[in-house]
Amino acid sequence: MSRPRSPLAPSPWQVGLTYLALGLASLFVLFPLYWLLITSFKLPVDVNSGPFYLPWVDFKPSLHAWEYVLGTLGPDVQRAYANTAVVALSSALLALFLGTSAAYALTRFQYRPRVGAIVLFIACLVLTVALVALGMPWPSAVGLGLAGFILGLQTLGKRFRKHLGNDEIALWLISNRILPPVVVVIPIYLLFQQLGLLDTRTALIISYTVINVPIAVWLMRDYFQNIPQDIEECAQIDGASRYRIFWTIVLPLAAPGLVATFLLLLVFAWNEYLLALFLSKANSQTMPLMVAAMSGTRGTEWWYMSAIILLMILPVVILALVLERYIERGLIVGAVKG
Amino acid sequence: MKKAESKPPQADLWTRWVGWLERNAATAFLLPTVLVILAFVLFPLVGALYSSLARLRFSDGGLELSFVGLANYRKLLLGSEQGHFLGRPGTTDWVLGVLALMALALGVVMYRRWRARRPFSVWLVQPLLGGLLLMAFTWLLLSRLLPGTHMGTLQTTLFYVTVGTALQYLLGLGLALLCAERLPGTRFFRILFILPLAITPIGVAYMFRMLTDTGKGPLVPLWEALGLGGFSWVNDPWGARLAVLIGDVWQWTPFAFIVLLAALQSVPQEQIEAAAVDGASRWQVFRHIIFPHLLPASATLVLIRLIEGFKIVDLPNILTNGGPGTATESITLHAYFAWRTLDIGTAAALGFLLMLLVSLVTSLYAAWVLPRARGQL
Repeated sequence: MSRPRSPLAPSPWQVGLTYLALGLASLFVLFPLYWLLITSFKLPVDVNSGPFYLPWVDFKPSLHAWEYVLGTLGPDVQRAYANTAVVALSSALLALFLGTSAAYALTRFQYRPRVGAIVLFIACLVLTVALVALGMPWPSAVGLGLAGFILGLQTLGKRFRKHLGNDEIALWLISNRILPPVVVVIPIYLLFQQLGLLDTRTALIISYTVINVPIAVWLMRDYFQNIPQDIEECAQIDGASRYRIFWTIVLPLAAPGLVATFLLLLVFAWNEYLLALFLSKANSQTMPLMVAAMSGTRGTEWWYMSAIILLMILPVVILALVLERYIERGLIVGAVKG
Repeated sequence: MKKAESKPPQADLWTRWVGWLERNAATAFLLPTVLVILAFVLFPLVGALYSSLARLRFSDGGLELSFVGLANYRKLLLGSEQGHFLGRPGTTDWVLGVLALMALALGVVMYRRWRARRPFSVWLVQPLLGGLLLMAFTWLLLSRLLPGTHMGTLQTTLFYVTVGTALQYLLGLGLALLCAERLPGTRFFRILFILPLAITPIGVAYMFRMLTDTGKGPLVPLWEALGLGGFSWVNDPWGARLAVLIGDVWQWTPFAFIVLLAALQSVPQEQIEAAAVDGASRWQVFRHIIFPHLLPASATLVLIRLIEGFKIVDLPNILTNGGPGTATESITLHAYFAWRTLDIGTAAALGFLLMLLVSLVTSLYAAWVLPRARGQL
């Protein structure tokens, strides 16, 4: 006697179709990775003389690429690896911290930035630029512009009535990602040159945090919106501060979103290329630069490149394995009922 | 009062500080992010804007940046780079017919608003501006699809962005739904489908160059079996664009997948169970419970992918080097090529034209799609 099926459980048919679709998608995902893997075990002659598919059958696998990457290139790879790990982890955590608090703010408070204040800010910015163009040293010009803005805000600011809302703030945040990096690399280079941070990890951490914060804000905003606010209201009545509510109630409830967002921020920083190319020379070189370096004057050395790409994937896979379990349902349901 | 006096002054300061923090919580949560972004974004923005109005020249002492006004923009929109950026148009009757139909529809809309005595700006200004913009865009796209014409980097970019984002979203949604089923083994698939994101975009580009190689790539036997042995996608504009598109979809579908997977975790299970008990089909459950719940996250992720997709550069650069001709060149790659030849002004001008376009798309999206997806309209 078989148990009657629950109306929610899929029929065997549907299970079969599900696995078929998942299998096809896996093939699409895995085949390029498989090709990378076997390429890293091929001799140059095996890569260059036509497609060979199976190790030991089509070609004799060789460890030469791995020996080169881990041996000859070892110190360089190690340094790049450490740099990438430090830069990606710190900037992802920083961006996550800033982004979640801003996202929480944008879902729980009502902001009314005044149009007049924004116009005033832009006017002061133009003034500063004009002063620098006229030959004033930039620290005093920036100081003057800032002073003008604050003074104007205190005196004129009260007169403006028209204001924007939270959605406009969020749009402004994401709009900072619109300009393609190639256009801004030279000014960014000059900026970090002025700050004396060229070829340091700090420069990379700062720039990755700044570029990734808007993504964190946008993703976390949706997850926060899905969290029922009555729990927070209860806590507020019980006397908990905003910060405590955020830290001990909201963040744990948003765990699936937090983990997904953290993973995304991490891989974005992990993989960034163009800014790293400009802001680092030897000390703070990151792994994507190593990948690109394998295509140089001697043509593209596919075997070395494949090995380095695989080395780059490994930590992300381990991290995904560890963190994936937190992208799970259940927390919110329990909290509401309890 | 006596209680307050008996407290040490430090504690008093502390409680006042806590109280101040609590009253200003709204500022404390948002301000750090705004300040960090302002501090590091303003200078690059102003610098890039200035360089779009300038030209780098070789002079006696080395390089010199000289102000040229709007010359870089004029060159792209009207001058020598126009064909490269905007493409070369052709005209046939059906394109004109489509434009005439759009003009007619615009006229009807304006007439009905005028009859309804709507304000001046609503019946005349808004539809006229929006409609003319839409018609100009339609012409810019359709007139470059005819035989004998030539797509510019603008049209190529729009192709990557629209088709790529749609495919990534649909595939990511499908995979997320499949993985949210509690079947044995879905944990394995979840990890697997995140993998492409873990590869640096340049790595993906080189990888796809290996895979699409027409001489020693793994797909050569497949093409020969299909009778396409002598065919080289590298020489075919649409074949090359398709290769870039597949690479883009391969890399970025996981983004949609992971965002939607996390959003699926908060779908109200009780509603699904109740609907299933009432005999709703799986499609009905998806259409009326799951999908509406995913809409806010979907709208966000599509917006992010739109903005990011417009900046596509590594794949066409490494996979096809923009070729054949300029067939796979995106706007950002166009800027990159200009920048590599030290034409910094043109590169920056392209960047700001792209910014203008994306801002337009983003504000339309924010006005039409976002409020509806969030259920505010």
